[in-house]
Amino acid sequence: MWRVTILVLAAIYFLGPLAASLRFSLVQSNGKDGFGNYSRVLHDGALANALWTSLEIAAITTGILLVLMLPTVVWVRLRLPRLALLIETVSVLPIVIPPIVMGAGLAELQLHAGSAIDSALFASPISALTPFYVILALPFAYRSLDVGVRAIDLRTLVDAARSLGASWFTLITRVILPNVRTAVLTAASLAIALVLAEVVIAGTLLYDTYPVELVNQGQQDAGIAVALSVLSLAITWLLLFGISFLGNRAGPTRVGRLL
Amino acid sequence: MGILPFALYVLLFLGLPLYEVLYGAITTSGGSLTWYNFSQTFHKPYTSDFLSSLRIALETSLIGGVFGLWLACAVVTAGPRSPLRRIVGSGSAVLAYFAGVPLAFAFIATLGRYGEFTILLQHIGINLNATSFTISSLTGVELAYVYFQIPLMVLLVTPALEGLRPEWREAATGLGASTFRYIRHVAAPVLAPAIIGAVLLLFGNAFAAYATAYALVGDTVQLVPGTIQNLMSGNVLVDENGIGLALGVEMIVVIAVVMIGYAALQRRAGRWLQ
Repeated sequence: MWRVTILVLAAIYFLGPLAASLRFSLVQSNGKDGFGNYSRVLHDGALANALWTSLEIAAITTGILLVLMLPTVVWVRLRLPRLALLIETVSVLPIVIPPIVMGAGLAELQLHAGSAIDSALFASPISALTPFYVILALPFAYRSLDVGVRAIDLRTLVDAARSLGASWFTLITRVILPNVRTAVLTAASLAIALVLAEVVIAGTLLYDTYPVELVNQGQQDAGIAVALSVLSLAITWLLLFGISFLGNRAGPTRVGRLL
Repeated sequence: MGILPFALYVLLFLGLPLYEVLYGAITTSGGSLTWYNFSQTFHKPYTSDFLSSLRIALETSLIGGVFGLWLACAVVTAGPRSPLRRIVGSGSAVLAYFAGVPLAFAFIATLGRYGEFTILLQHIGINLNATSFTISSLTGVELAYVYFQIPLMVLLVTPALEGLRPEWREAATGLGASTFRYIRHVAAPVLAPAIIGAVLLLFGNAFAAYATAYALVGDTVQLVPGTIQNLMSGNVLVDENGIGLALGVEMIVVIAVVMIGYAALQRRAGRWLQ
């Protein structure tokens, strides 16, 4: 009985808002039912621009994250196991810093931006936000890559590749990378989800990224904003489900394990 | 050598904003040391923002903790082969990420002025808009926060619940213990560190969160992050920046304490559970 009670309550509480969003998004601004909100999404120039900016940030963030972290994780496991705990602690550190505090620090930096380097940094949302989104994504990325690298027989792979004359670059890109594919995909999808959702820092610095534009739209027109939310959710969930599915097939790295 | 790029990157892009926050919090705009910013945060209106941030974190972590634990128990006791387990497991992994702007709009679509549930209630004669409840209030924010707190709790405690060995239950029953006595003397003490640790993490999660509240209420929300954003984005005098940064330092301290407590409890929890 207690089991049925909680399951029914959970079903109502968790599915209710999802069903309501779907239903709400299908009511057009003229009061009739239809896909009007969705077709307006596709014809919104400001939104398309913001989405493009966010996608660029997501792509560059993911790139920097992987280029920075995969060699680091491999190197630590291989050569500096005693530093593993230190690196893990440093990687998890960003969790302690709320996005709003990061945003406040950047706003302060921008205020005092005197030098050419500082002004160049804040010239566009891409250069201003990307380096710091990499930091925000570090905890997830480190954990998923570490789980992936720990699950393979790293030493054997490295010894084999090195004795066949592979350079470190070849080793990472052609030997390690294919073996930790799932972990890399997990890290990448979490980073993309983070960038497409991060509204606090971008909002504080007044940059017009996709989530900031979503908030602006919501203040003017709830119908279109809810339609957009439904779309964002569907895309994020497909991404996470896809990874979780791949993870189940390919081995030990799963989204659920990260938390 | 191999970790030099990583070290430099973190030092630069994590260190720089952190340095700005710390430096700005303890200096005047002229650059001399001051305690003024911190002392201001212990006066109104900042104390009440801090208290409501703590209250929201406490309430949503306790509510999320209780219902999350209940849900996790229901799923774990349903047996390892139950499809329920897969549904709730995958659902939780996905819903724990459902925070921020889309979550806020989902709740506006449900319980907003023209929300689906609000209209449904009107049909059965309850006018939500006539009551003091609005979704753009701290109560609304709490309702939305619980939505990601419960799945997070399920994800955090399910491994601990699965770690309870059936032999312990059998041994207790064999010695004549009732279900209540088994829970009271075996399950609860073994699980306590894991459960308290998970609630602590939920607390930190809600305390640091801002995106959902920002989309639901805007930066007028009476929570520390909203106040910081207001102070930093120049809605008030430039000299007040330091107070926003001092509040930021205090947020970091609160979350650091929570995370250290969590790490300690995690170690403790590992004593009995694998």
